[in-house]
Amino acid sequence: MSLLKISGSPHVHGDNSVKGVMYGVLYAMIPAILASIYFFGLDSLKVMLVSVVACLLFEYLIQKYLIKGEVTITDGSALITGVLLAFNVPSNLPVFVIIVGAFVSIVIAKMSFGGLGKNIFNPALVGRVFLLMSFPVEMTSWPIPKPLFSGKVLDAITGPTPLGILKEGLDAGKSVSELSQQLPDYITELLGNHGGSLGEVSAIALLIGAAYLLFRKIITWHIPTSYLGSVIIFSGILWLINPELYINPLFHLVTGGMILGVFFMATDMVTTPMSPKGMIIFGLGAGIITMLIRIWGAYPEGVSFAILIMNAFVPLIDKGFKPKRFGERIKNG
Amino acid sequence: MKTFKRGGVHPEENKLSENQPIEVLSVPKRVTILLGQNLGANSKPVVNKRDKVKVGQLIAKGEAFISANLHSPVSGTVLKIDDVPDQVGHNKAAIVIDVDGDEWVEGIVRSSEIAKDIKLSKEEIVKKIQEMGVVGLGGAAFPTHIKLMVPEGKVPNVLIINGVECEPYLTADHRLMLEKGEELLIGISILMKGLGVSKAIIGIENNKADAIHLLKELANNFLGIEVQSLKVKYPQGGEKQLIKALINREVPSGKLPLDVGCVVSNVGTAFAVYEAVQKNKPLIERVVSVTGKSVKKPSNLLVRIGTPISDLIGKVEGLPEDTGKIIGGGPMMGKTLISMNAAVVKGTSGILVMRENESSRIAVKDCIRCAKCVSVCPMGLSPYLLAIYGEQERYEDAGLEDVMDCIECGSCHYICPSGRPLLDYLRVDKVRVGEIMRNR
Repeated sequence: MSLLKISGSPHVHGDNSVKGVMYGVLYAMIPAILASIYFFGLDSLKVMLVSVVACLLFEYLIQKYLIKGEVTITDGSALITGVLLAFNVPSNLPVFVIIVGAFVSIVIAKMSFGGLGKNIFNPALVGRVFLLMSFPVEMTSWPIPKPLFSGKVLDAITGPTPLGILKEGLDAGKSVSELSQQLPDYITELLGNHGGSLGEVSAIALLIGAAYLLFRKIITWHIPTSYLGSVIIFSGILWLINPELYINPLFHLVTGGMILGVFFMATDMVTTPMSPKGMIIFGLGAGIITMLIRIWGAYPEGVSFAILIMNAFVPLIDKGFKPKRFGERIKNG
Repeated sequence: MKTFKRGGVHPEENKLSENQPIEVLSVPKRVTILLGQNLGANSKPVVNKRDKVKVGQLIAKGEAFISANLHSPVSGTVLKIDDVPDQVGHNKAAIVIDVDGDEWVEGIVRSSEIAKDIKLSKEEIVKKIQEMGVVGLGGAAFPTHIKLMVPEGKVPNVLIINGVECEPYLTADHRLMLEKGEELLIGISILMKGLGVSKAIIGIENNKADAIHLLKELANNFLGIEVQSLKVKYPQGGEKQLIKALINREVPSGKLPLDVGCVVSNVGTAFAVYEAVQKNKPLIERVVSVTGKSVKKPSNLLVRIGTPISDLIGKVEGLPEDTGKIIGGGPMMGKTLISMNAAVVKGTSGILVMRENESSRIAVKDCIRCAKCVSVCPMGLSPYLLAIYGEQERYEDAGLEDVMDCIECGSCHYICPSGRPLLDYLRVDKVRVGEIMRNR
């Protein structure tokens, strides 16, 4: 028998680990990964592979040669960033653009802040927004899905996203009912057979993953509920005021990056508040900003900007909304 | 099913010794009685080197307001009164007695016959409990008679009895409830009389269904005692959490249970009160669980205070080959022992032998802000933030964030995926904030 160990309590540890948490998120993304491969074919697999490999490589190089510290690329966090970045871009994005996105995500948005846990902004979203502004054409030409085994051989056909159709149409003075013929129906939206980025096509696949995240308690209900709630209320009020000018809340829920953003990016633990109250404020704010951008902003989609803007408020929210203390008031029963 | 609302975790229960009846450990050859066994001031020795003592004889007096009497748990000769290492390795004043036979002082009733009639008055009960050196056996070892001396202006209306035993592994209270149920209830009735309340609630977690069932049945013959089963959740045995779970009152920050009209006592304490008042027997022995995954015979032992831990380990067929750590108490709040020569004190509820491969902490990584520590903290604190303040030595800030409310349950460190030693930092915070407050 060796010497006995001495340490402070507790002497047991729950079976949680950083790896466990990160791989849990990855498992939750599997349905959406499969859906994107189904709808966009091997192009989407290529985008994901390039993005993941580039993210891992950048993190490795920084940790090994710049920081000269521990290399932690196996903890799963760079993998998540890689997949999420791929989810946020079209399936025909040129390889070098993807690599630029991975560079911005990992090197600028993550490692320059100090790595996992220290970054203020969601790395994948920073990469995505950088690409959107630097490569506006490449980033907004959305290939029409050509499901595997569907027999269609048409290649390189692109079309606008449902949100794009709506925005352009409304800007051109058309009414919602006129435009609705051009919009896919909600079943199509849910299943994912419409134009869009890799990860925003199938709401169902994303929701399955979200259910897993909630079940494993990797995320809590606070942010998704308050985010979706504020989107429904915001768009619902406008829709009730004038349904010809503002489309119904359901459309806003199932289109664009809403489900992906709400469940996979607005819930990123590193860049969101610590207390339940803070999380609800974060979700409310992100929902309101998303709708402001979608309805009155220059871009058809506002989820990424909304989450990034709210990321910046996290330190303030953490300061202002502390968890409820035990014993603040006496309740005598 | 009742439980406290905020926070909490559910570690593996591992109640390995729950079916082992309490066994009496034979009297050791030598005992070491620390003078500072209770919360508060040390007891003052009233014997000298080479004095002959009997079992139950007063050997040190609790003279300060918060202090307790100590009685010799053995008969023999006082070898020395000197500083010896305690369980965690600090040198502390102690009386060391060499054992010779087992001769008891007059007046202690040693028969196991149950004495039901409570003959003493309220004042006599408090006095008797003080005389017999009864302290809280849940771990903190707060002198019990002080809890019964209610200050002017406070009115307790319910006595809460802690039978939760939420620490994994420990089963001493569980066995006591099963084997000494009736004595326990008499002890509770005595405490009720001493406190002047007509109602008592025993809180027991529902992983001890047999104890709940038994006590419920026995409680029918006692006035005003209710048994309440609770959902298993750590740290339900914390008195603030238990009060919240049972009667939904929140003890305000910095206040005592008495401020919300209740007093909390452990089942072991209630049994000690029974023995003190009905049998005239001082607190000289207690039940200790000796357990661990590799321990050959996990047991519940009735041991004399001052017995060396090595005797307890010997009784369970020795230290396993793969031992990595020995803990006094449970795995969530217990303290690591530096040596097996240290002695059992009144607050020792268990000796836990951990395997080598469960003895090390996981590697520490950076905080990923998962907020688990915030969600499990039963006091509603932000452990991640308090740990940062500790790291940066910002103790004023830690004080403003209510670090003094921390009950050191360890849930934050237990749940942290990055393995951050959050409670270590919080403990340092508390010491430093305490110093700042005293200097003010």
